[in-house]
Amino acid sequence: MKWSEFFVTGEPLIYAADVSIVLTVIGIVFILTYFKKWKWLWDEWLTTVDHKKIGVMYIISAVLMLFRGGVDALLMRAQLTAPNMKFLDSQHYNEIFTTHGTIMILFMAMPFIIGLMNIVVPLQIGARDVAYPYLNALSFWLFFVGAMLFNIAFVIGGSPDAGWTAYFPLAGNEFSPGVGNNYYAVALQISGIGTLMTGINFLVTILKMRAPGMTLMRMPMFTWTILITCVLIIFAFPVLTVALALMTFDRLFDTQFFTMANGGMSMLWANLFWIWGHPEVYIVILPSFGIFSEVVSTFARKRLFGYKAMVGSIVGIAFLSFIVWVHHFFTMGAGAAVNSFFSITTMAIAIPTGVKIFNWLFTLRKGRIRFTTAMLWSLAFIPNFVIGGVTGVMLAMAAADYQYHNSYFLIAHFHYVLIAGTVFACFAGLHYWYPKMFGHMLNERLGKWTFWLFMIGFNVCFFPMYFLGLMGMTRRMYTYSAGLGWTPLNVVASVGAALMGIGFLVLCYNIYYSARYGERDMTGDPWDGRTLEWATSSPVAHYNFAVIPEVKDLDAYWEMKKSGKGFEMDEEKLKPIHMPSNSGRPFLISIAFFFAGFGLVFKWFTLAIIAAVFIILGLILRSFDDDDGYYISVDEIKRTERLTRKEA
Amino acid sequence: MKQRVWKWASLLPLSLLIFLSGCSENMLVLQPKGPVAKTQYDLIVWSVGFMLLIIVVVFVLFAVVLIRYREKPENANYEPPEEEGNTLLEIVWTAIPIIIVTALAIPTVKATFALEKPSQKSVKPLTIHVTAANWKWIFSYPEQNIETVNYVNIPEDVPVKFELTSVGPMSSFWVPQLGGQKYAMDGMETELFLEADEPGSYMGRNANFTGKGFTHMEFEVVAQTKDDFNKWVKDVQQTAPKLSKEKYDTILKPGLVGRMTFSNTHLEWVDHSKQNSHHTGKTEDHRENAEHDEGMHMEHQSHQ
Repeated sequence: MKWSEFFVTGEPLIYAADVSIVLTVIGIVFILTYFKKWKWLWDEWLTTVDHKKIGVMYIISAVLMLFRGGVDALLMRAQLTAPNMKFLDSQHYNEIFTTHGTIMILFMAMPFIIGLMNIVVPLQIGARDVAYPYLNALSFWLFFVGAMLFNIAFVIGGSPDAGWTAYFPLAGNEFSPGVGNNYYAVALQISGIGTLMTGINFLVTILKMRAPGMTLMRMPMFTWTILITCVLIIFAFPVLTVALALMTFDRLFDTQFFTMANGGMSMLWANLFWIWGHPEVYIVILPSFGIFSEVVSTFARKRLFGYKAMVGSIVGIAFLSFIVWVHHFFTMGAGAAVNSFFSITTMAIAIPTGVKIFNWLFTLRKGRIRFTTAMLWSLAFIPNFVIGGVTGVMLAMAAADYQYHNSYFLIAHFHYVLIAGTVFACFAGLHYWYPKMFGHMLNERLGKWTFWLFMIGFNVCFFPMYFLGLMGMTRRMYTYSAGLGWTPLNVVASVGAALMGIGFLVLCYNIYYSARYGERDMTGDPWDGRTLEWATSSPVAHYNFAVIPEVKDLDAYWEMKKSGKGFEMDEEKLKPIHMPSNSGRPFLISIAFFFAGFGLVFKWFTLAIIAAVFIILGLILRSFDDDDGYYISVDEIKRTERLTRKEA
Repeated sequence: MKQRVWKWASLLPLSLLIFLSGCSENMLVLQPKGPVAKTQYDLIVWSVGFMLLIIVVVFVLFAVVLIRYREKPENANYEPPEEEGNTLLEIVWTAIPIIIVTALAIPTVKATFALEKPSQKSVKPLTIHVTAANWKWIFSYPEQNIETVNYVNIPEDVPVKFELTSVGPMSSFWVPQLGGQKYAMDGMETELFLEADEPGSYMGRNANFTGKGFTHMEFEVVAQTKDDFNKWVKDVQQTAPKLSKEKYDTILKPGLVGRMTFSNTHLEWVDHSKQNSHHTGKTEDHRENAEHDEGMHMEHQSHQ
């Protein structure tokens, strides 16, 4: 590789990105140095093993990635607004939809959900941290360096351009000779390892660390969805790991797993990808169902209707999610019997999902509904998700799918379920749990502005796409001619996308505004919550609970408030709290992963091997690490508790 | 604030109507011109009915609940009851989706099986061999011994058996007005039956991303009366130039080409669906492989 090929050149947009990246980095370094914050950064964040801080870092990364993926989306909409636009050329457009899809699913939706679950799950089950705090930090940093590796592709070496599905043989060396798809294979691999470890970590946490009295059937709904999600992660992600490893071999060492010649089988990639890929969409949607359940129940002031059926239906959905993957390629010609089988399993998912929708509606019924921002997102989810859901059933009908497949009908469908499901849930969860993270609320007025702009913009953007699909517009087209009659709907869609963009900017402003002027949450329970996280102070003390609460009911904190018991803290009974020590090793190992990955991308194997040695060294050092953590003294707990409890 | 929102919300269905009236003539999927597309159209309409029903039920329930149980000054002292659930209701709303799914599954399965076969038995299907290449469509008529690029003529009311394959990335062969799509894959053969009811020109395109020139990978299907079609075939056989291996190789090079017509087919020296690298386990020059026999063909079928 020549140095002239190392940096991507020739596009004004790229040069602008180069400049802004350099300026941002200089800005960050300057601010950290000027305010002498380097040590703070290292002690408080880079080395932390506290689930709450890790959760916050996940969410910050997710919002940054939402910005990146959103800019990609706006560039695409700009290009498609009018026929025969010359704004982006074909190659550039291909890169942008590839990174948009990959980033939004893997580096936006996943970390947002994982961030919320990091913050909330230990609090909801009355635990002081996750089962493996060190591993948790490593999970985050692996995700983070994976995301960064993927994100530098567009300025260094070139973006992947074979679609987020990276179908072979297109994604193989023959048709995609650059380094772009190496980035895809390696970056996803690194962050995927992090995700797999998160799945194991939270499974163990939820199974082993619940407060006394919290049986499985007394777990808050969000925790239930995370438990099932962890099972999905543990079964699905190894498939991705294997598929990406084979892809990496194909691309770096010219093996022939997925190629056209020498016995390779490109259909194998499509199967492996979707055996992971379909459970993956449930990995981001089930926790969303959990978030909506919590928010709806809180703001309707009612217990969740049909809790057992809700648990049963997520288990059912999780099971079905593993036997539907072929519906992503009914058109591959697998035959009528195979297609019929997968049609029926796919449609069957509508049954447990329908049960959930009705249970939410009946949770609202007879309630006293408060329209907070978090609640607005959760309520909007119901009608919008139903639209996405019923069109999903239409897509599941194999014979009809031949007409929808790969068209904008499909695009509209999966944005309706992923945005109205996952993105709405992330925003609902952000507003709902924000005081737990930072001790202040997000401004409700600005929050509602974001909600209406984004929700209306979303419908204006994606609803027309159903019809564009029926008109024959296929996904991934970078332009179209005027005579097809697609122009009016495309203009409408672009207007909607712009509204969503404005909504996002209002959210960013809200984060800044609320940090400066936002209402401080002194009570720890600003929403009159029902579950244990609201029994802690806001922001939550380092050790979460001075005394582990006893759980007597499904809505444990609600029960405590109703009975008036369980709040009193007997200072005599306090014991020193055992906490894990911070460690810089997860961060440093992940940096080594970054360089190993970078080396693999460019086939600089010396660099990759040196970095791999550092990774192994990190593992060995960890094995000989006999730091058992430390104890927080009773005096310190008393001091902290008196401070927060007096304020309350 | 709320009133304004409602006003806007009421505009939504209205604007939808304007869309639909303005664009309906462009919705190719909803304007079937053959029995295959018609089968799919009927299935779509059948499903849309159920879907609208579900949407109406959920939306009405949603609106009623929100309006009745919203927080207002009058109910400030109202404390919602603690209800755990209602077994009967939950059985009802489990059963209804099951019924709907069944009502959709039966015609789906029927149609899925039906589409694997030609729509009429009395007429012998016309076989056209389709090769997708970066970024053009090559159509070979083995019985007529002619070949076209980026357009395909078919007779009306005759089932056409498209045998799909690809040289390179996986493409998807889609003619919305004649019927749904199917993938064309390298070293494979997939079959798609389509049929046109009436003469006309129908847009066809690649629906699966294949790289740089993908957007422009379109073709035209021209359905003609049987007489016109036979006349056209004869014309081509007599007047069109011969396709040579060299010419064919230039056509296959990545890029866009215009329409072309030849009085022989590339199947004389290569059939990309029978490259057989999957079965012999060694690389063979594609161009030497024309002689691969029907026995191999069966193996391919089992792999589809």
